[in-house]
Amino acid sequence: MTAPALSVRNMSKAFRAVQALEDVSLDIRRGRVTALLGDNGAGKSTLVKCIAGVYQPDSGTVSIDGETHRISSPDVARMLGVETVHQNLSLIDSLNVVENLFLNREYTRGGSFGSRIGLLHKRRMSRECQATLARLGISIPSLRKPVGLLSGGQRQAIAIGRAVAWGQKIVLLDEPAAALGVEQAQRVLDLIVALRDADVAVLLITHNMDRVTQVCDDAVVLRRGRKAAEVKVDQVTKDDLVAFITGAKTTDTGT
Amino acid sequence: MRFHALASAGARLRRAWTNQSEDGGFRQYVVYLAFVSILAVFALTLWDDGFLSWSNLLNIGRQAAPIAVMAVGMAFALASAEIDLSIGSTVALSSLVAAVVVGDYGFFFGALAAVGVGAVIGLVNGLITVKVRIPSFLVTLGTLGIISGIARNMNNLQSMPIRNDAFSALFGAGSLGPISSLVIWTAVVFVLGHFALHHLRWGRHVLATGANRASAKAAGLNTDRIRMSALVVSSVAASFAGVLLAGRLAIGRHDLGENDLLTVIAAVVIGGTSLFGGRASVAGAVTGALIMAMLNNGLILMGLEVADQLIARGLIIIMAVALSMRTPSESVGDDVP
Repeated sequence: MTAPALSVRNMSKAFRAVQALEDVSLDIRRGRVTALLGDNGAGKSTLVKCIAGVYQPDSGTVSIDGETHRISSPDVARMLGVETVHQNLSLIDSLNVVENLFLNREYTRGGSFGSRIGLLHKRRMSRECQATLARLGISIPSLRKPVGLLSGGQRQAIAIGRAVAWGQKIVLLDEPAAALGVEQAQRVLDLIVALRDADVAVLLITHNMDRVTQVCDDAVVLRRGRKAAEVKVDQVTKDDLVAFITGAKTTDTGT
Repeated sequence: MRFHALASAGARLRRAWTNQSEDGGFRQYVVYLAFVSILAVFALTLWDDGFLSWSNLLNIGRQAAPIAVMAVGMAFALASAEIDLSIGSTVALSSLVAAVVVGDYGFFFGALAAVGVGAVIGLVNGLITVKVRIPSFLVTLGTLGIISGIARNMNNLQSMPIRNDAFSALFGAGSLGPISSLVIWTAVVFVLGHFALHHLRWGRHVLATGANRASAKAAGLNTDRIRMSALVVSSVAASFAGVLLAGRLAIGRHDLGENDLLTVIAAVVIGGTSLFGGRASVAGAVTGALIMAMLNNGLILMGLEVADQLIARGLIIIMAVALSMRTPSESVGDDVP
């Protein structure tokens, strides 16, 4: 097997006295969806933020395609091909759809001078935004609307669309379908499947076991900052997963 | 048939209207409505006092110029969810620096030195805000006092005359055709500010940072540098306003601009810029400054006592701000600092 798209080794992170992550290792692979499970406070979001460069881990390494990198900022993570859809940090409410999709990746015009001063190429961004959303089957009534006025499903679709639009090879999703209606949640799951089929490595944080069995291939369970289990989803039952999460059952994963 | 056409036109209009108010669009235009109405009221009531005479309009423009320049700068500080309380004393210090340098090195270096002082002040404000992590409100409250003290010491509270024709012509008394150089400079600052806010990546990043710093950071923006740059822009604008005041009055003095801070903030907020970041309008800020100057001028022409002027101005400002701010129910989440 080739090197995993992203592998985390022995990662620890403490917030003052609280050990949020302790010696966690995991791999996520291309063309597979890995579920990251755990109860509230198990360290899921902390782990994702450490990979995404939002937090700096106290120890441990992140390797991408077998090469170890120090992800010192969200910018570095993006440059390495890692896109994150944070639970509530992904969009800026007062900016519109196009502005959000291209935030920090704006197209400029006017050659090298234009790119130095950052002269925005608004028409091109508008056009490509439309094309990208259409390609993903995301329909948004108005691209000029501040995203704060869109529905939860539309917002989430845009946040995921941003990851896809840039052809990133690793996508981390923190509870992308929480608080969504049934149909909207299904659309988000469809997007995740589409990502997987495009050979992207996806890490999905969720509390919903149905979603795990529906779209995930692998599952990693965190419990109190430590890895409690790492399994193939088709080899366990939903009850097993819940048992791992609550600590009723453990596997020896031998990290 | 005809009815149908009418109904669909009505629906379109309603849609346009609701769309607009959802975007805060309607409220963006309040400042222009206020401008036109105040202009109309003064034009009618003060017709005989020559409110609309060319010389009076020019006077309003000259009064508004430094306020407008400061307001453009302040719009960027507020857009990034910071505030700059030190602009008033920056005006004073830069007017004095201009006066000193003009005497020995001529108008160009005089203006350059003054603006350079502004850049340094902005950098200090920004560095303390970002690196020491003190709210800019408190940082600039401190530097306000410090700069004001330095300005007072510079010439022992005496005003410093500027005897340089080129400086006065370029930054004050001169004009191009019928248009005062002050008005031209204001137009230049307006165009630069508007362009930077709407057509440069930087402007967009300032708005993103001001709207939601955590999200902006997660998107990879260097929010520290952006907040610093917004404070530098505010200080540089204030120091340029100092140059314009020095040019108009042909002096540098420790108390120039001292009372302008609240006028500037009122102008910017009436213009549709959020006090809490993420939303800004340069055109609105300039129009707000014009409203302030117009009120000043009109209330004086009306023959109101100074005390009554203050009261009337305060009431009108509160009314205009109330109209131009979003109501709490509309501002779900995005006005929270």
